[in-house]
Amino acid sequence: MLELNDIHTFYGPIEALKGITLKVNQGEIVCLIGNNGAGKSTTLMTISGILKPKAGTISFIGSDISDMPPHSIVEMGISHVPEGRRIFPRLTVKENLEMGAYSVSRRLKTTPPIPPLARGGVGGVKSQFDKVYEMFPVLKEREKQMGGTLSGGEQQMLAISRALMSEPKLLLLDEPSLGLAPIIVSRIFKAIREINKEGVTILLVEQNAHAALNLSGRGYVLENGRIKMHGQGKDLLNSEEVKKAYLGE
Amino acid sequence: MNTVEHKIQNTSPPPPHPLPQGEGDSFDIPSPSRGEGEGGGGSLNLFLRPLFIALWLALLFLPFRGLKAAVILFIILFAAVSLLKAFKNYAGKIKGGLNGDSDHYFINILRIAVEIYGRCPYLEKLPESKARSTVFILLMSVIVLTLPFYGHDYLIDIAVLSGIYIILAQGLNIVVGFTGLLNLGFAAFYAIGAYSYALLNTKLGLGFWASLPLSLMLVTLSGFILAIPALRLRGDYLAIVTLGFGEIVRLVLNNWDSFTKGPNGIGGIGPPHIFGMRISGIGQFYYFVLIFALLAVFVIRRVAASRIGRAWIAIREDEIASSSIGINTTAYKLYSFAFGAFWAGLAGVLFAAKMQFVSPESFTFMESVLVLCMVILGGLGSIPGVILGSIILVMLPEMLREVQLYRMLALGSGLVLLMIFRPQGLMGGKGVSFRG
Repeated sequence: MLELNDIHTFYGPIEALKGITLKVNQGEIVCLIGNNGAGKSTTLMTISGILKPKAGTISFIGSDISDMPPHSIVEMGISHVPEGRRIFPRLTVKENLEMGAYSVSRRLKTTPPIPPLARGGVGGVKSQFDKVYEMFPVLKEREKQMGGTLSGGEQQMLAISRALMSEPKLLLLDEPSLGLAPIIVSRIFKAIREINKEGVTILLVEQNAHAALNLSGRGYVLENGRIKMHGQGKDLLNSEEVKKAYLGE
Repeated sequence: MNTVEHKIQNTSPPPPHPLPQGEGDSFDIPSPSRGEGEGGGGSLNLFLRPLFIALWLALLFLPFRGLKAAVILFIILFAAVSLLKAFKNYAGKIKGGLNGDSDHYFINILRIAVEIYGRCPYLEKLPESKARSTVFILLMSVIVLTLPFYGHDYLIDIAVLSGIYIILAQGLNIVVGFTGLLNLGFAAFYAIGAYSYALLNTKLGLGFWASLPLSLMLVTLSGFILAIPALRLRGDYLAIVTLGFGEIVRLVLNNWDSFTKGPNGIGGIGPPHIFGMRISGIGQFYYFVLIFALLAVFVIRRVAASRIGRAWIAIREDEIASSSIGINTTAYKLYSFAFGAFWAGLAGVLFAAKMQFVSPESFTFMESVLVLCMVILGGLGSIPGVILGSIILVMLPEMLREVQLYRMLALGSGLVLLMIFRPQGLMGGKGVSFRG
């Protein structure tokens, strides 16, 4: 479904990705693990078009997306939940979700765009609202609250939900467990599994290697902008090298 | 004096809580016969009287509409009544006499408003917030629409200027308030608009209606041109670039003698005509500007509520998140700059048509700062707030003419206090959300 072929990405003169090649198949959960600064988030930002690769190709369902601007990539069906959640703090929960459906309303060419959709007038956005609220009922309760007043866990749920509003085929998740209590983390991971069961392919970046590898079918280990090893999640969990470096055993 | 006071107290609905006696004693209705005599020494009186008038009327409102409405009303009334006093003194000095009855007119309008608040059965059926805004809009419409009938030329002149600044500040509000891009050279677009009309009119002999679309196209284009280098930058760097742009435009106008007549400015700009009627009287021009200001507010409101406006707000809140949910941030920032410039250009054309003279002096950096102050004072992203901010910042310096040397000091310290106690601006509290 998604293929990265020898991707090089730079921050100014600094080469952050030194030739990443990876593959995500339809219906999979794939995780990227690695230390701080290994290039995990950079990989996701390169896929979603926020950063442009200097060399290499990214193809998604048969078309080359490495030169596309981020908004076109969203329309192709890739949704990115950025690191640190990045919800809109001064918009309400509902407005945050409506903004997530921005590319849908663009596709349907409805004007005025979001309000009628949100009211369930046109298209599939109403059902997308229902889906998201079913998965995270707390968001329904907080519908009219400002995004910035939510707790960290709720903000993460909102960020994931916002990304789901565009009905993506592939969801890029950047550190969804960052700074959250263990009980919330397991809630989020359960939701990720649910999302995957509904047919959304997932590429997950995590510091929490144990939980991530347990969840994923396959995993890649990044180090200094290169892929160090990859394999089945369970195999990586048992590998001595990964245990030593990332699992603290 | 006392009869007037009693008349007002009798006709207004009795408040549930009796007013404190002291309040009634110190309350003093200004009468035209006394107004002119005070000019010289009465600057204390000039502030005390409006203060009491405003306080008294605000207290009347308190039992009906709560503290917040009363405070807001107090501020508006105080500003309005003091202004009336100030211009009266000022006009009195110039003309050596008064012919208006404006204080009574004003008080009458307010009295009618109090009546409507208290009695109208239609309003009781509406939800409270709706009733409040209905009455407020009615009241404001009456005051605004009838201004040339009770106001003196001086007041109308200030009102026309307020109207032009409302358009200008709403333009900047799009860029700074909605999209969150700090623009410190906004006066450049104002200047381009004004000079376009001035040059098209004096050099090519084009009329107002022919020059208007051409000028607006030119200004919008210049908005795009500035946006292209500026959009690579963020925050402080963007502010510096816009500042530079503003200065470049002013310096070009100042030094290109053969084309713009340099610091001497361009005079003899023709006034606009409608159906062959020449718009030259200040009262006519008032309505002319009013129509454009209403148009600006209406269009900007609609655009801000559309998908474009939502994209702007999302970009202001978080640019990376915006692009990750599928907003073309570059394009929308470009639209924001160009759309903002468009309204600045309109304000410029109207300014040139009103003054019939333009010179680079009117478009200095201070002008950009003043407009920015209007937006921040009113509340970033709040359309009614920015209207209020513009009116206050045009009127306040005029009101404070009485205190002469301390004028700018008072204005400056007022702004500082406002930013300490209400950093979101006068009406910016809820305005950040889509539904405000």
